[in-house]
Amino acid sequence: MKALELDQVSKVYRGEVHAVKAISLEVNEGDFFALLGPNGAGKTSIIGIITSLVNKTSGTIRVFGHDLDKEVERVKSYIGVVPQEINLNAFEKAKDILVNQAGFFGIRRKEAIYRADKYLDLLQLKDKQNQISRSLSGGMKRRLMIARALMHDPRLLILDEPTAGVDIEIRRSMWAFLDQINKDGKTIILTTHYLEEAEALCRNIAILAEGTIIENDSMENVVKKLQREVFVITFSEPVKQLQPFEGMSFMKRNMLEVEIEMPSLSNLNKLIGFFDTQKIQVTSIRPKRNRLEELFVKLLDQKKSTDGK
Amino acid sequence: MENSILKINLIGLASLLRKEVNRIFRIWVQTIVPPAISMTLYFVIFGSLIGSRIGLIQGYPYMTFIAPGLIMMAVITNSFSNVVSSFFSAKLQRNLEELLVSPMAYITIMIGYVAGGMLRGLSVAALVTLVATFFTDLSVAHPAITILVILLISFSFSLAGLINAVFAKNFDDISIIPTFILTPLTYLGGVFFSVQMLPEPWQVIARFNPILYMVDAFRYGMLGVSDIPVTHGITIIVIFAISLFLIAYYLLKTGRGIRD
Repeated sequence: MKALELDQVSKVYRGEVHAVKAISLEVNEGDFFALLGPNGAGKTSIIGIITSLVNKTSGTIRVFGHDLDKEVERVKSYIGVVPQEINLNAFEKAKDILVNQAGFFGIRRKEAIYRADKYLDLLQLKDKQNQISRSLSGGMKRRLMIARALMHDPRLLILDEPTAGVDIEIRRSMWAFLDQINKDGKTIILTTHYLEEAEALCRNIAILAEGTIIENDSMENVVKKLQREVFVITFSEPVKQLQPFEGMSFMKRNMLEVEIEMPSLSNLNKLIGFFDTQKIQVTSIRPKRNRLEELFVKLLDQKKSTDGK
Repeated sequence: MENSILKINLIGLASLLRKEVNRIFRIWVQTIVPPAISMTLYFVIFGSLIGSRIGLIQGYPYMTFIAPGLIMMAVITNSFSNVVSSFFSAKLQRNLEELLVSPMAYITIMIGYVAGGMLRGLSVAALVTLVATFFTDLSVAHPAITILVILLISFSFSLAGLINAVFAKNFDDISIIPTFILTPLTYLGGVFFSVQMLPEPWQVIARFNPILYMVDAFRYGMLGVSDIPVTHGITIIVIFAISLFLIAYYLLKTGRGIRD
């Protein structure tokens, strides 16, 4: 079953800005789906349209087969949303925010309190339950917003850059939490600027640019499309001169580091063997940047050159 | 649907109302105390000090005459300011989205905020009435009319606050209406005087002020005296309430100022 179907959805702000241009998209039930794109690509507008926070200009949206225009209450009850900006009531206590939100979805107070306790516990906010949201750290606010979105047990969870500004440790724990609830059956749509986040969590991906989808495939296929990768190699001692490796030149970053661009899925043993023969000790090899980022830049360049033609 | 629409709306309304009540009483120093203090000062200065030098108006001592107007003034300003500040801050902090993404009907959201405004308006009115009893003997001549008028006016100005909040883009926008429209109209709406005391053409001009009808109808309910036939007053109040209700509902339904 399709969790989400967008058919020719468009959004024009004040008759001038075409934020979303006739987008069609499908997300399967149970999927962990990434929606990527630079600022202004239309991601937040799409999420706003799906969650009824933005009026669409045209097109059709179905959530678990139900038309948003015809069954808005039902569709809303299926969706939980974590917005990009912190939008908690600054003066409300963490637990009250959760209990009230459940109430807005028709969940009785006793059950709402039970669920609030559960999610406060799961998201490590139990000891902050009686603090007003303003006094919470950025990471805690993000987790509280995730808990709030889950209070009515939505079938589809939409997260708009949920880990923005969150430290690595908390981000990893949030990833683990989201991965678990996805395994438990919840469909998740994620937008993020942390591209490794999408790669680590998502099975399918759509890449947006200037209000249109420029790529929509499985994460595996998208990653396969990368043909070359840049590695940064660090040595234990300064290296003055390096011979090319299999016809590929090294680019010096500093006395201890070089870069080399190689075909994807190359055998790195050969590269290490190469340094071994030259008595150069390698202390680390790491990709220069995220592979998705590389693809993202490539796709954008392709689109720009196509548009230019 | 797993939860019926009615159940969602009833529980949602209760949750929103609880949230609004918590807000009013959490900041009671801002919401309840100031109007009680200012109304006490009105009674002391206008009623006791100046009023003692004024003779009877429509058969009542000045203090008794102004009491219904002061209660009405408290209802108008507090019902309005509660909804305008609560709704606008929810819009500004964007936690209004908590409601907008929920399956609650827009009319339920509207009723929740309006009920909060009415609760504050009526709570302050009760407090002002209590204060008034320390200065004058108050009785209610027509209880049904008194209750009907106070409920309709509290309802109307809560809706007016909501409409103001929908259009407001910054804090200045939520103070313009109370400062430049509501306060002058209230002061000129017969709170401190009988419209019959005005010279022509001011008697005619004053009749374009809707608050005059509200104060007058409420005074009729409490004291049994009025400048304008009470049926005229109640008709104007009902038209005012229905118009504001339809405008507020239209704005929420279309998402004006809150979606997009």
